[in-house]
Amino acid sequence: MSIADGVRLALRALAANKLRTSLTVLGMVIGVAAVIALMSLGAGAQASIEANIRGTGSNLLFISPGVQAQTGGRFVDVSATTPTLTFEDAEAIRDAAIPGIVDLAPTRNTNASLVAGGNAFSTQIIGVTPSYAEVRTFQPQAGRFISEDDLRRRARVIALGQTIATELFPGQNPIGATVRLNNQTFTVIAVMEESGQATFQSRDNQALVPLTTLQTRINPSRTLAGDDIVGEISVTLADEDEATIEAVTNEVSALLRLRHDVTEDDFTIRTQQDIIEALGEVTGTLTLFLGAIAGISLLVGGIGIMNIMLVSVTERTREIGIRKAIGARRRDILGQFLIEAVLVSLGGGIAGAVIGGLLATFMGGVSFGGRSLEGALTPEPVILALAVSVAIGLVFGIYPANRAARLRPIEALRYE
Amino acid sequence: MDADSPENGKPTPVVRVEDLVKTYHMGSIDVHALRGVSFDIEKGEMVAIMGHSGSGKSTLLNLLGCLDAPTAGSYFLDGELVGDLSDDALAAIRNRKIGFVFQSFNLLARMSALEQVEMPLLYARDRQRRKRAEEALAVVGLDDRMHHKPSELSGGQQQRVAIARALVGNPSMVLADEPTGNLDTATANEIMELLALLNEERGITTLIVTHEADVAARTQRVIRMVDGAIAGDDRTAPAEHGT
Ligand SMILES: Nc1ncnc2c1ncn2[C@@H]1O[C@H](COP(=O)(O)OP(=O)(O)OP(=O)(O)O)[C@@H](O)[C@H]1O
Ligand SMILES: [Mg+2]
Repeated sequence: MSIADGVRLALRALAANKLRTSLTVLGMVIGVAAVIALMSLGAGAQASIEANIRGTGSNLLFISPGVQAQTGGRFVDVSATTPTLTFEDAEAIRDAAIPGIVDLAPTRNTNASLVAGGNAFSTQIIGVTPSYAEVRTFQPQAGRFISEDDLRRRARVIALGQTIATELFPGQNPIGATVRLNNQTFTVIAVMEESGQATFQSRDNQALVPLTTLQTRINPSRTLAGDDIVGEISVTLADEDEATIEAVTNEVSALLRLRHDVTEDDFTIRTQQDIIEALGEVTGTLTLFLGAIAGISLLVGGIGIMNIMLVSVTERTREIGIRKAIGARRRDILGQFLIEAVLVSLGGGIAGAVIGGLLATFMGGVSFGGRSLEGALTPEPVILALAVSVAIGLVFGIYPANRAARLRPIEALRYE
Repeated sequence: MDADSPENGKPTPVVRVEDLVKTYHMGSIDVHALRGVSFDIEKGEMVAIMGHSGSGKSTLLNLLGCLDAPTAGSYFLDGELVGDLSDDALAAIRNRKIGFVFQSFNLLARMSALEQVEMPLLYARDRQRRKRAEEALAVVGLDDRMHHKPSELSGGQQQRVAIARALVGNPSMVLADEPTGNLDTATANEIMELLALLNEERGITTLIVTHEADVAARTQRVIRMVDGAIAGDDRTAPAEHGT
């Protein structure tokens, strides 16, 4: 019997039991749709995190204090208790005029509550220098950014992210207004542009103050030698070439080691790519985990196929006997039932891929807890899901089909 | 093999069985369905197998039809030893050399008459199966019922479809196990008429298991079975069978 004849035969057998076939197909549809939707969401999360990190400036190197060992996709700060990076380090790097470095911006973060009128907003306050706007490509939408003068005077000025501005000053122009921070009064000098990234640590929720102000008036933190500690130095490179990154990393490392008088690095230099990869491992694991959960429903779908095929073989024992009596070989019967199983699983797979794709696209617009999830429908999960559904048809169909093929004609004919 | 046939100058018999034994094991009890059966059937013969219920007629027919394997003894079909052949080889023999007609018709409920008759050719991968199936249905007089399903056909018509299905692959012989058992006398006569006609005009070797004397009367040879053995093998004069 040819494959084409086998497919025709199988379609007729399936059509003869429409409800049963539909329910079995449905099991596969749910499994495949779940796999595709969840894997797409995972891939979407990964893509938006990457976009988010890329959006915080281009060609960036990040210098942070302490040695950060990377284990299992997470950065573990092994010397977090001895922060070693200072404002003076940043100045020294700038003064060294290392080729490849365009600009740099030291920052330090703290958490505080902002109060204006009856509204309060607990958030991350970042101490920055004027170069921050350029280095991290984050400009004021209204007002002016923090200036050298603000830095020198340790001025009590603050630039608000979009979300904070609307929370604290609903329907008002916040520029020139005051907010209270640690019982001190700060003047709002800017509302920052919308960052457009929503996935994690939105910059719209941050407030910026002069680094010196943070250091003296909000949350002082000094080394034993009395130098001002910073949390991170962002460095803009001229380009993203491997050579540039390596040259700058080497020069900066040498300089910092000399300044800190150490032989082992007590700081870490990472590129945006490093961070993306580290986070990618986390989201990749998450995606796999989601896929595995969805895969269980796929497995259940496969078991459903096997179940129904076993029933079908039993019901059609006499038919099998007749077919064998008139000359069907084992492989003819095997093929007939296997094709049925694969058609069911593949049918479910195709329908599931369509529904899963629609779900992923649809969920892209829906937001969860203020963060919108992007679904990224990539061809891989679709191809994977279809291949897997064919495989499921074969794996779960082979046992019932083999059972049918091995029936002895004389006994099958006698079956009532 | 067929070493003796050139000596006698006779053609190879379609069927030669020698000391065929079939024993069923039912737990600790052995049921001796066939206790050593030997005979030849020549090409073009029409043979009736008669005997009481349980005498082993169906068992014999199933062995001849390669649906089951004997416990002992040898079976030559067209001079070829059928023993220890694989399942698939037996399937191929059933497909090419044997046509079955069953008491209960054994048609597939969902298929039209034409499709039923095409089925053996499907497994033979015959490209002209539609045309040949139509011809076979015309031979049994069902050219106007080709697209009917079994539920839309009378018992006699269903048995005609089964006969067409048995014929369509040009088998060496047709095996019929009580083909008229489920039919009324008039229809039974029609079916016997058809089988006799096919045997006469096309020379199709035919074995019919039957309980009915008037069915046996239409054949040229009657094998009588008693308790798993042959008790009589009578040939009537060929002239006698004409209608
Ligand atoms: N599958 C089987 N298992 C055990 N015993 C069997 C089996 N098939 C047949 N028999 C036994 O073998 C003997 C011959 O049976 P068989 O069916 O050949 O008889 P039969 O001549 O065709 O009878 P009937 O005229 O009633 O159809 C009987 O005693 C029967 O009980
Ligand atoms: Mg019988």
